[in-house]
Amino acid sequence: MTDMTPGAQPVMRMQSLDKVYPNGTVALKKLSLDVYPGEFVSLLGPSGCGKSTALKIAAGLTGHSAGRVQRPGEDEAKGIRARAGDIGFVFQEPNLMPWLTVFDNVHLPLKLAGVSRAEARADIAAILDTVGLGGFRDSYPRELSGGMKMRVSIARALVTKPKLLLMDEPFAALDEITRNKISQDLLELWQATGSTVIFVTHSVFESVFLSNRIVVMAARPGRIIGEIGVAAPYPRDAAFRVSPDYTAHCRDVSALLTRAMES
Amino acid sequence: MADESLPLPRARTGKLVERPSRLTRALRESGPTVAAGLAVLALWEISVHAFGISKFVLPPPSMIIASMIRDFPYLMHALAFTAGITIAAFAAAVVSGILGGLLLTLHRDVERMLWPYAIALQVTPMVAIAPLVIIWVGLDRVWLGLMILAWLVAFFPMLANTVQGLKSADRGLQDVMSLYQASRWQRFRHLQLPAALPYILTGARISSSLAVIGGVVAEFVAGSGSSTGLAWVIVESGTMLDVPRMFAALFILSIFGLAIWRLTSMVQARLLSRWHESELGGER
Repeated sequence: MTDMTPGAQPVMRMQSLDKVYPNGTVALKKLSLDVYPGEFVSLLGPSGCGKSTALKIAAGLTGHSAGRVQRPGEDEAKGIRARAGDIGFVFQEPNLMPWLTVFDNVHLPLKLAGVSRAEARADIAAILDTVGLGGFRDSYPRELSGGMKMRVSIARALVTKPKLLLMDEPFAALDEITRNKISQDLLELWQATGSTVIFVTHSVFESVFLSNRIVVMAARPGRIIGEIGVAAPYPRDAAFRVSPDYTAHCRDVSALLTRAMES
Repeated sequence: MADESLPLPRARTGKLVERPSRLTRALRESGPTVAAGLAVLALWEISVHAFGISKFVLPPPSMIIASMIRDFPYLMHALAFTAGITIAAFAAAVVSGILGGLLLTLHRDVERMLWPYAIALQVTPMVAIAPLVIIWVGLDRVWLGLMILAWLVAFFPMLANTVQGLKSADRGLQDVMSLYQASRWQRFRHLQLPAALPYILTGARISSSLAVIGGVVAEFVAGSGSSTGLAWVIVESGTMLDVPRMFAALFILSIFGLAIWRLTSMVQARLLSRWHESELGGER
C-alpha cells in the first residue's frame, strides 16, 4: 500500500521541532517525522506527550519554537504557503456549526474558498454517500448521533481533497462498537482516495488496526522514542483483529509504549 | 386552590395516536393561562361587591371594561403614541446595540476605551437624566425626548448581549476557521455572527420589555400634558379620580407589553428553530 519508493518526496516533513510554552513547559523536544504519500501513520503516546500539539503544528493551528515544518504544497524558498484545504483536519470533537445542516457543514471549507453551493453540490453529495450519510444532508448536527457527527466531520475534512489528512483522536468519544465500524470505514475511504493520514491516538489496538506505521512518543518532554511498522495487508477487517499477526503487533507496540512511560 | 378540572400535563412518553391540530394545541397551551386570568377577574369582581370596596380604591373589572369601551378611541390614540415611541426606541436599541457590540469586539483597546462608559450610561438612573433630555430636545418635541430616554434604557442589554455573543464562539469552531484560512470578515459572517445570534435575540427580548418600561417612565417624568401616551392617561385620570380609566390604561399597557414579548419570542423561535438547544423543547 505504502508508496515508499526510495527518493519519494515526503508529503509532510517535520525537522527537530521544539515547542516551548511561555510558562517554560517543554511540550515537544527535537521531534522529527517524515510522512510519505499514501502512508497511514499513527502517533501513539500517553496523554501529555505532545502528540496533539505536533498535529496542530503540522496543520498550522499553532506555532513552534524551533525547527522546520514542510507542509504539502509549501515551498519556503519560493515563499509559497500551503493552500487552504490541502490539509484536512478531524478534531477530537466533531466541531460542526450547529446552525448549518449536514450539507452546509460539509460545504463550509469550499464556501470559504469561494465555491458556491451549486458548484459543490455533486462533490458534497458524493462525499456524503461515501461516509454513509447520503440520507442526512438536511439534518442538523443536533439531530445526529456522536458517530454520525464524526462522519460529517470526516466528510468536511475530505471535501477539499486534501493531500494530507490529520486526525486528532477523532474516535475517542465513541463507544467501541461504533468506533470499530467507523475505523473500518475510514480505512476503506483512505484506500479509495489514496490519501495520506496522520492519526493521533492513545489506543494501542486502534493504532495497530489502522496504521502501516506507528510512531510512539514519550512525555516530559514530548519526543519520539521509536516506531513500529505494521506490514499486514489492507483491506483489514474484523478477522484481522483476531489474527496472531495483530496480537503480536499489539504486544510489540505495548512494550514500546511501556518503555515510553518509564523513560 | 387546586382545580381538578384542569388537565394534568400528559407524560412525554405517552403515545399520541393522532397529531393534534394547530387549534387544539393552541387551546391546550393558552387554555390554562386564560382560565387562570378569568378566575382571578371573577374573584375580583365578586370580592369588590361582597366587601363593598369603593370604586375609587378598586373598581370591579366590569367597570374597567366599561371604561375601556367608553373611552376606546381616546385610549387607542394614547396606545398608538406609546407604541410608536416604544417600537421606535426598541428598533433603535437593536440596531445601535448590535453595531455597538461589533465596534466593541473589534479590538480589545476599543473595548477598554468604551466599555466603562457604556456601563456608566447603564447605571445612571434614567429618571435623573430625563429632565435634561426633555430640555435639550425642546418642549415642542417631547416625543423625541421620550424616544431617546426609552432607547437609553433598552440599549444596554442589547449591547451587553451582543458583545457576550460575539465573544462566545466555540474554540473548536474557531480552529476550523483558522484551518481553512478564513478572512476576518468570513470568520465574522460564518462563525461569530451565527454563534452570537441566540445571545442577541435574548438581548432583544429583554430590551423590548425595557423599551416599554422606559417609554412609560419617561412619559411620567416628562408629564406637563405635552405628551399623550398611556402613562399620561394614567396621570390625568388619577387627578380626575377616574380610577376605572387608570386601570383600563394599565391593562392596555400590560397587553401591549405582552404582545411585544410574544412577538420577540416568535422571532426567536423562528430564527433558532432547529439548531438551538433552547428551542428544541421536548423534541429530542
